[in-house]
Amino acid sequence: MSRIINHYSPSQIRSNGRQEQFESNLPVRHRRAKSWHLIFQISTVIGIVVLMALLYNIINQAFGYVAFESKVDPDSLAVDGISLENLAKEELIRIIQDKVTASRFRTLEKGKPFAARSREEVYSVVIQEVVKPKVANSWSLFDSLFRRKTILAQSAEKFPQARLEFHSWIGWDTVTTPQSSNPLNAGVRTAILGSLWTIAITILIAFPIGVGAAIYLEEYATQTWISRIIQTNINNLAGVPSIIYGMLGLAIFVRAFNLFTSGAAFGYTDPTNANGRTILSAGLTLVLLILPLLIINSQEAIRAVPSSLRQASFGLGATKWQTVWYHVLPNAIPGILTGSILAISRAIGETAPLVVIGASTFITFDPDSLFSKFTSLPIQIYQWTSRPQAEFRNLAAAAIIILLILLLGLNASAILLRNRFNQRVP
Amino acid sequence: MTNQTNTIIQSYMKMRKGAAEKPIDLRKRPRPAEKLIQGFLFACGALSILTTLGIVYELGKEAMLFFRNPDVNLFEFFTGTKWQPQILEFGILPLLNATLMTSAVAMLIAIPLGFSVAIYLSEYASPKARSILKPTLEVLAGIPTVVYGYFALTFMTPMLRSIFGQNIVQIYNTASAGLVMGILILPLISSMSEDALSAVPRSLREAAYGLGATKLETVLKIVFPAALSGIAAAVIVGISRAVGETMIVAIAAGAGPNFTFNPFRSAETMTGHIVRISGGDLSYASIDYNSIFAIGLMLFLITLGLNIVSQRIVRRFREVYE
Amino acid sequence: MKVTHSQSITASPNGKYAIEARHLNIYYHDFMAVKDVNLSIERQKITAIIGPSGCGKSTVLRSFNRMNELVPTAYANGEVIFRGQNIYEPEIDPVEVRRRIGMVFQKPNPFPKSIYENVAWGARINGFKGNMDELVEESLLQAALWDEVKDKLHQNGLSLSGGQQQRLCIARAIAIKPEIILMDEPASALDPIATLKIEELMHDLVVNYTIIIVTHNMQQAARVSDFTAFFMMNEERAGFLVEYGPTNQLFTNPRNKHTEDYITGRFG
Repeated sequence: MSRIINHYSPSQIRSNGRQEQFESNLPVRHRRAKSWHLIFQISTVIGIVVLMALLYNIINQAFGYVAFESKVDPDSLAVDGISLENLAKEELIRIIQDKVTASRFRTLEKGKPFAARSREEVYSVVIQEVVKPKVANSWSLFDSLFRRKTILAQSAEKFPQARLEFHSWIGWDTVTTPQSSNPLNAGVRTAILGSLWTIAITILIAFPIGVGAAIYLEEYATQTWISRIIQTNINNLAGVPSIIYGMLGLAIFVRAFNLFTSGAAFGYTDPTNANGRTILSAGLTLVLLILPLLIINSQEAIRAVPSSLRQASFGLGATKWQTVWYHVLPNAIPGILTGSILAISRAIGETAPLVVIGASTFITFDPDSLFSKFTSLPIQIYQWTSRPQAEFRNLAAAAIIILLILLLGLNASAILLRNRFNQRVP
Repeated sequence: MTNQTNTIIQSYMKMRKGAAEKPIDLRKRPRPAEKLIQGFLFACGALSILTTLGIVYELGKEAMLFFRNPDVNLFEFFTGTKWQPQILEFGILPLLNATLMTSAVAMLIAIPLGFSVAIYLSEYASPKARSILKPTLEVLAGIPTVVYGYFALTFMTPMLRSIFGQNIVQIYNTASAGLVMGILILPLISSMSEDALSAVPRSLREAAYGLGATKLETVLKIVFPAALSGIAAAVIVGISRAVGETMIVAIAAGAGPNFTFNPFRSAETMTGHIVRISGGDLSYASIDYNSIFAIGLMLFLITLGLNIVSQRIVRRFREVYE
Repeated sequence: MKVTHSQSITASPNGKYAIEARHLNIYYHDFMAVKDVNLSIERQKITAIIGPSGCGKSTVLRSFNRMNELVPTAYANGEVIFRGQNIYEPEIDPVEVRRRIGMVFQKPNPFPKSIYENVAWGARINGFKGNMDELVEESLLQAALWDEVKDKLHQNGLSLSGGQQQRLCIARAIAIKPEIILMDEPASALDPIATLKIEELMHDLVVNYTIIIVTHNMQQAARVSDFTAFFMMNEERAGFLVEYGPTNQLFTNPRNKHTEDYITGRFG
């Protein structure tokens, strides 16, 4: 760099002999370009492949052969040659009376009188109390379809007493039955209801606050020092891990606000002794979690409203709030709704904060108030996945399918909403 | 001028004279409703500050209680390699180490794949391909983490065990949790990087092509470096997400703190530990309760620090192109 | 980019003309932007392309180094002969073409790298094996920028003024030793003093390079060029060549009425 060459005038630099200082390397460069292009393409494909693998894995676990071992063989309960499934209600009740202890029969009768139960309900009691099937082993869908013979042989060898049947772990009854310790009888009903109750609270509270904060930041307080602090604060909060929100909820809603969240302040005494670990606390915690997201999305939607609209309104002598309420908000609502739906999908899928607050590990009754103990669909999945028995994996897969369908529906409606409103505006 | 026009003009002048005599009050009127609404909206915004204060206060308070406990030694906390509350050993290194390991594995997957996907979508893919691929990858981002945890335990771990052998890979291990976490973070990095790449003006690309550069040279040597600050921010946000991730590690990485550098063995991360402890019976007065807040405080400080750094990078080094 | 043949090629590697367009039509999707251009550019001379806005001047210029192809719907029909070959033949590599036909853009667009790197980068990727320091210095000298930047070669190229940035872009283009330099309104974003410097530079450069410049400034064309091509838009909004000849003659004694109208300012 320090060598100073002669400052000859440009005309002295001749055009001959320019090119040989350049080595022709074009084929190499083109080849390299092609291989990298391939690498980029493959990387994108990898992402899609993993998604497929994930879906395949879940579906694989949700269906398959199951070896049932029953305490009492259902065939032995046939009466007069009529198999168990086709027996009339009175016959079934008689079987129950025969086979269960007197005290147990009394308990069942007290829960709901047999006369009042439908035939299907009595039949399921027979299965649960008398036949008592247990899962000896379960196999995946792939195995069930392609390795039937091996499974048949295995089952005959290891579980000679068992009946082999193709079982779908997901079905209508999965959604409607509550949690149970027997995987065959377990369903996600309590979990779904818990999720729905919790999310309802979250939306009711988070939506007005979130939109309100967004309106404040975008319309009322642009560029003041306090709004800048609030804005930075919100951006930081959006990056805080969700488990921290759980801890905050635990310390504040469950513990400090105990009187409020357990319902004692309202004179409500909880028979289940939830002691603050209630749906209300869960909902409030999720409010804190999705609030930053909601605010940021709503801000973007409000920002997208053209300033000419505001100026037209001000020009007519409208106040700020009138402008916001009558002009800005209606224009921004589609974007705000889409953002809210995305925030809700996030909240539905959250597990860690709710576990920290103290979601119940095992409840079988539906929530009946804001102050009941709660669980949620993702937590149910977490618990079933953590159990060692294989059948709980199958159940978890079924629950995952339900969760994914729920989320898919939500996101599809968000996209539909966005498209519909985009079409309306010319 | 006609009579009609005359009368109109006369009545107009009369009106104006009358109007000139009545003063119009232009002064500000009290609008209580406006003030009230503005106050409410301000409160909504200020709530976020309360949240942050709440986090700092609660984490700080309980962590203080933890550190004030005579059984706890601050020095041991940061340097001890055993976390066993029963025998009152509180060294955070096993938990911190597991967190770093899972995050490192995750970034090993997410960064190269994320960059490649971003480059492909931004520079190579046709609009039709983009319209199919981009939403598909967004789906990856929307899947709940508990489902990823399930995937790690029931698919990734068996796969690793069949590749490397059952005695090398334990059933719970940080490698499969880290790999799946990488897939979770991939869409985050790719979409932020793609935004950064798209923001590079076309004129820079044209200048490169004009010099006889191939597409690859233009993309890798001109466009990518030009977008560096946005891409760096994407990486840091990805790391922050990996550090804070809970369910994947809670399900697949293992329960029980274990200080090891072997990714095929089980270990518990900071987040996994918090979830496990708080999922059980927890009395408010116990040292266990306080300890999870101390860990939480560490977690909060780490992720906050990362996020602040990423915002600084974007602000300070925002590229000037023209 | 689609290419269609219209006549056979005559080989003329080192003839009088640096580049020739023959029956060149350029389309964007199915819109014809430029119609039937026949233009022969003389070696080591400055040729200006002038005309009212929208008449396809930049499109024609960019067709000479196949830069139009960066727009996916663009394609050309006809021939552009360079070094005895039609550069639109399917087997011709556009990367090679652009290596030998350089370009300077309307708005200066140096890379966000150091001044040194800006000049060196093009040469480096094209396999330059000589002394890079010498090449950088030589290019900056030829671009009349060396004295102003020789002490700050490591500074970012964007820290220079507009006129200096444009000269940097010129240095960058000549570092790869092209034969032809295409300039698309190189001074339109610059102040009058910087413009003057660029025009003086062109006089120095033309000794070694063929220069084709698009300009909307007639006086600039008259000051700077040896030959001028005047383009206009027809009723279908396609650009076409109206008149081409030595600058002196075109400006003092135009053959075509439209040319005369444009030059005397009756439209434009």
